[in-house]
Amino acid sequence: MKASAEKRAPWILLAPFLILFLFTFVMPILMAISQSFTMIEREGLFGEEGISTSFAWFENYRLALADGAFVASIGRMFLFGIVQVPIMITLATVLALMLESASARWPGFFRAAYFMPYGVPGVLATILWSFLYVPGLSPIVDTAHSWFGLELDFLSSGTVLWSIANIVTWSYTGYNMLIIIAQLKSIPGDLYEAARVDGAGPLRTALTIQLPLIRPALVLTTVFSIIGTLQLFAEPQLLQQVSPAIDSQYTPNLSAYTTAFQYNDYTVAAAQAVLIALVAFLLSFTFLRLTNRSSR
Amino acid sequence: MSGTAEQAQPTVHRTAEEVSRRGSAQTIIVTGILVIVTLYFLVPVYWVVVAASKSTDDLFSTHGFLFSASFQLFENITQVLSFDNGIFIRWLLNSVLYAGVGSLIATYFAAAAGYALSTYAFRGRNVIFGIVLGGVLVPGTATALPLFLLFSQIGMVNTYWSVLIPSLVSPFGLFLCRIYADATVDKSLVEAARIDGVGEIKIFHTVGLRIMTPALVTVFLFQLVGIWNNYFLPLVMLTDEGLFPITLGLNHWRSQTDRLPEFYELTTGGVLLSVIPLAIAMIVLQRFWRGGLTEGAVK
Repeated sequence: MKASAEKRAPWILLAPFLILFLFTFVMPILMAISQSFTMIEREGLFGEEGISTSFAWFENYRLALADGAFVASIGRMFLFGIVQVPIMITLATVLALMLESASARWPGFFRAAYFMPYGVPGVLATILWSFLYVPGLSPIVDTAHSWFGLELDFLSSGTVLWSIANIVTWSYTGYNMLIIIAQLKSIPGDLYEAARVDGAGPLRTALTIQLPLIRPALVLTTVFSIIGTLQLFAEPQLLQQVSPAIDSQYTPNLSAYTTAFQYNDYTVAAAQAVLIALVAFLLSFTFLRLTNRSSR
Repeated sequence: MSGTAEQAQPTVHRTAEEVSRRGSAQTIIVTGILVIVTLYFLVPVYWVVVAASKSTDDLFSTHGFLFSASFQLFENITQVLSFDNGIFIRWLLNSVLYAGVGSLIATYFAAAAGYALSTYAFRGRNVIFGIVLGGVLVPGTATALPLFLLFSQIGMVNTYWSVLIPSLVSPFGLFLCRIYADATVDKSLVEAARIDGVGEIKIFHTVGLRIMTPALVTVFLFQLVGIWNNYFLPLVMLTDEGLFPITLGLNHWRSQTDRLPEFYELTTGGVLLSVIPLAIAMIVLQRFWRGGLTEGAVK
């Protein structure tokens, strides 16, 4: 009887999680995949004679990829990621190293101040920054104009992508910094001792001891940032109202949202969602492979 | 690449000798740079404090970083709280409900599942762990759209459940709990409790949960912020204003500023009211944030 209780126990403990996981992860994903291979045809002028579904092969994917704006939005996220992710991770690393160096005063205060934006939802961060971007309201635009005669435009087609990058950097740098600090704290003290005995300055110590040892944290934060970049939605969706440069397909997610809820084309939207997830997977794995190989 | 799991190691050595040798010049430079970076992170919050204290006219006619002559903060806040029969408070309570209840239950479920995967050897446990790990990498927005279709088929769209139920699952939480239980839950302790005649589920509640507490705090906070900050899922699911969380609600106000300028004051006041408690919470909670995030992350 005891043995059977031991056999049952893990399943009882796993059941709530697994049931919810099936319901909110596995089923939606399977459903998205099956939708993406489905063709829905409406009979009659307004579909009043019923609808018929059939297997569409890769027609929805063809439609999604033939949509120049959707493909362009993925390309835009590549550009965004190649610039923003390295800047953010570098900034987080430098800040973490400075805060953990003996030279920094009040590290607790700075750590808290940098982490604070992580608690501000992306929507609220975007509302805040959008007020700082809009001419007439923004003190930054005002000051640049009246003091230096500069005409700043944060919302033009050439700049708005980097204005979004700024919001993302503001939100997540402190969070990434905290993960890096956690790993820095796990470096044994005698390694620093040995470095000092060898006469290594703070820069040498950072380059030869700290950076190699915080590598797992850097890989983790980079992978999460790549996934996050492909998911960008709230920032461009909100800035649409103040920047005509942002169209309804500016990012992949915005594109899928528009396809689903403005055009009511769920099958193509499902194909887009699957494509976004695939690209995220592919990028994460490629990055993990690259970093694994170079560490050998 | 090892040395990730030893969290309890001493931190950087700051000996008196080192500090004096490096000299105060370096301290001044480093601290100076850190102060400048602080300005960047605090400027938007400072701006909203200033903006929320102005009348709509002053908002456009006075400099954004300077307080104006008439200080209207309390009038504006009162207006935020009373507008539309106190809808703002309702949004705030909705957010507390979604994030508080959601993250509490999610943590408990993730702990039970992670503990089970770590403590018991049974067929299929590696398959389960592998599939759930895959879930960590699936973008949250990729599941939101099909979730909407699923929920609309069973008539659950535009209810509290449509936002709450997806918030109860945290694959990342299960991942962390399993790794942490592997490292800390002593199998001989579990065996000893078993010999004492304690039931399996009770062992989890009395032994497992207590030992796993540091990881549970991390999972809870992670999920709490995740739900609180979520925008895509409630946007897709909810149409009834009364069910909105604070993110959706404030954006609803902001979207009306184009036509009705008085919504500027409602929006800035509302943003201030919702940012301040969160900012304080982050500052207080950030020291709990370290445990386990990088443990066993990438080996």
